[in-house]
Amino acid sequence: MSDLTFREAINSALIQEMERDQSVFLYGLDVNDHKRIFGTTHNLLERFGPKRCFFTPLCEDTMTGFGLGAAANGLRPVHVHQRVDFMMLAMNQLANMVSAFCYMSAGKLKVPLTIRAVIGRGWGQSFQHSKSMHSVFAHIPGLKVVLPTTPMDANGLLASSIRDDNPVIFLEHRWLHDIHGDVPDGEYVIPLGKAEIAREGLDFTVIAVSWMVVEALKAAEVMQRKHGVTVEVVDPRTAVPLDSETLIASVTKTGRCLVADYDWAFCGFSAEIAALISEHCFGALKAPVCRLGFAHSPCPTTRPLENRFYPGAIDIIRLIEARMQLAPADLFDERFFTYENRFKGPF
Amino acid sequence: MSMGEEGIVVGVCHALEPEDQVLGTYRSHALYLAKTGETDSFFEEMYGKEAGCAKGRAGSMHLCAPEHGLICCSAIVASSIPVALGAAFAHKYKGTGRKVAVFFGDGATEEGAFWESLNTACLMKLPVLFVCENNQYAIHVHIRDRQAYDIPEAVRHFGIYVHSSETTDPEVVHQVAADALKSMDRTDMPAFLHFRYHRYLEHVGVQEDYCAGYRCKEDFMAYYDADPFKIQRGRLLANGLKLAEVEAMEREIDTTIERSINRAKQSCFAEESTLLEHVFA
Repeated sequence: MSDLTFREAINSALIQEMERDQSVFLYGLDVNDHKRIFGTTHNLLERFGPKRCFFTPLCEDTMTGFGLGAAANGLRPVHVHQRVDFMMLAMNQLANMVSAFCYMSAGKLKVPLTIRAVIGRGWGQSFQHSKSMHSVFAHIPGLKVVLPTTPMDANGLLASSIRDDNPVIFLEHRWLHDIHGDVPDGEYVIPLGKAEIAREGLDFTVIAVSWMVVEALKAAEVMQRKHGVTVEVVDPRTAVPLDSETLIASVTKTGRCLVADYDWAFCGFSAEIAALISEHCFGALKAPVCRLGFAHSPCPTTRPLENRFYPGAIDIIRLIEARMQLAPADLFDERFFTYENRFKGPF
Repeated sequence: MSMGEEGIVVGVCHALEPEDQVLGTYRSHALYLAKTGETDSFFEEMYGKEAGCAKGRAGSMHLCAPEHGLICCSAIVASSIPVALGAAFAHKYKGTGRKVAVFFGDGATEEGAFWESLNTACLMKLPVLFVCENNQYAIHVHIRDRQAYDIPEAVRHFGIYVHSSETTDPEVVHQVAADALKSMDRTDMPAFLHFRYHRYLEHVGVQEDYCAGYRCKEDFMAYYDADPFKIQRGRLLANGLKLAEVEAMEREIDTTIERSINRAKQSCFAEESTLLEHVFA
């Protein structure tokens, strides 16, 4: 085991995969500049040269189709976006070409294309630098969608994504880049489609993804201390394929469920999970499934509105208390995560 | 359908090496036949049958035969152009020496993806042959109402080999394409070809639509005099083949097509239970 930050874990997986497979290459805006995509593409140019690590013109749609063509001809491209929001320029290639290529060729063509994109959060990132969009990507058949939370997951899931013969969208929350934790040494792969129990509990299940796992773990710790309630935090880690069995098993055990998503709640991934749990755990549920997600507005720039836009640990605590008919705990002395007070790990 | 356009794809595909790859549009039936030389999987796919090139999942608009070098056809205008760049990049990356030709209509040059791709292919020096098949209509709207530029003139600003031709003669197209491919070897750059043709039928379907009034039958008659089949048939006879020999070849082709159609009509559809097969590899 080595102690790595999330960004180092990404970098380490990229180096590992580029070393073991000559067909892996990485490209995108700014992958070779002095900032190196928050440090995640550090040393790739120096190690593998401009043939396998290069920047592109500003044409997200074309460079997505480019990845598709390269993948169809046997390469394993990794396309990188500084923000998921920029991928909206590539929705034609994603929704009309990339996702359907295997199907329209009846499996003759495979698309081992990985698209890494950063979910932004500032403060002040506003509505064009802060989306996650995994609900939209997961809605399109033919795309796999990965949302790592820990450095270990970032490392093992990225290696798995690159080795997968399907298009994979790999979404990294910017605030997770700083978190450090143990990552196994040597080749390490986590299969796509396996949820992780981030914290065990008996009384309540919180299903959370990406940064919301951090908020859920904080809420679980407070609930234990203030109320003696044990909260189980389940991280699906991949929206597609979805490990529904693990989610269902957890809620069957606890009888209560909150879905804490990092996307708009309306028509979002959280609605899919809530429907799944309601359908499969109906007899076990002691209360209706509840959900948390972004407010149904574009993300505002100013801090007070932004604070209202994003759900956090306090919202999770209050919802659990309400569902369990507990008096709201005094949270005055609790310190929650903010832009200034960020979780740095380990988990 | 691609009636009227056949001379372009036949000429270009015959200038390519068999291992070179092509991509097309929803009007690429002729491209499929020119590149694959087979009609069985083609008609099976047109009839939506399991033995089709994509087991009925693709149909008329998205023909695909990667084993013959036809990577894909796309019914979203200009969408296969970026894919051609990636395919060409893979050849350059692996050093195969192969090239990729991408066919698209005049309307595709109005899409951002076209200019993005042209810029990127030039910057990255990719072995892509751009082939614009200009029939002057995007569905029913004439090019003069859509474009504030002249296609070949605009592309010349990228400094690559550009050739524009009015020909419908497959052998002239072949020579033009061969010259373009040579220029790609010489310059290590992409090349751009622009051909005019006339879409014989309506935008979608097998009927004429001159009665609709947006274009006139006289336009068709002018092009029909230079129909690629007529030209090539005349050339075979002029080169010394006897009429009976040409007719025998035509009968053989007709028989092959009839056999494929009959086979496609009789063969089975994919089982409903296979709906979700091939969503993922």
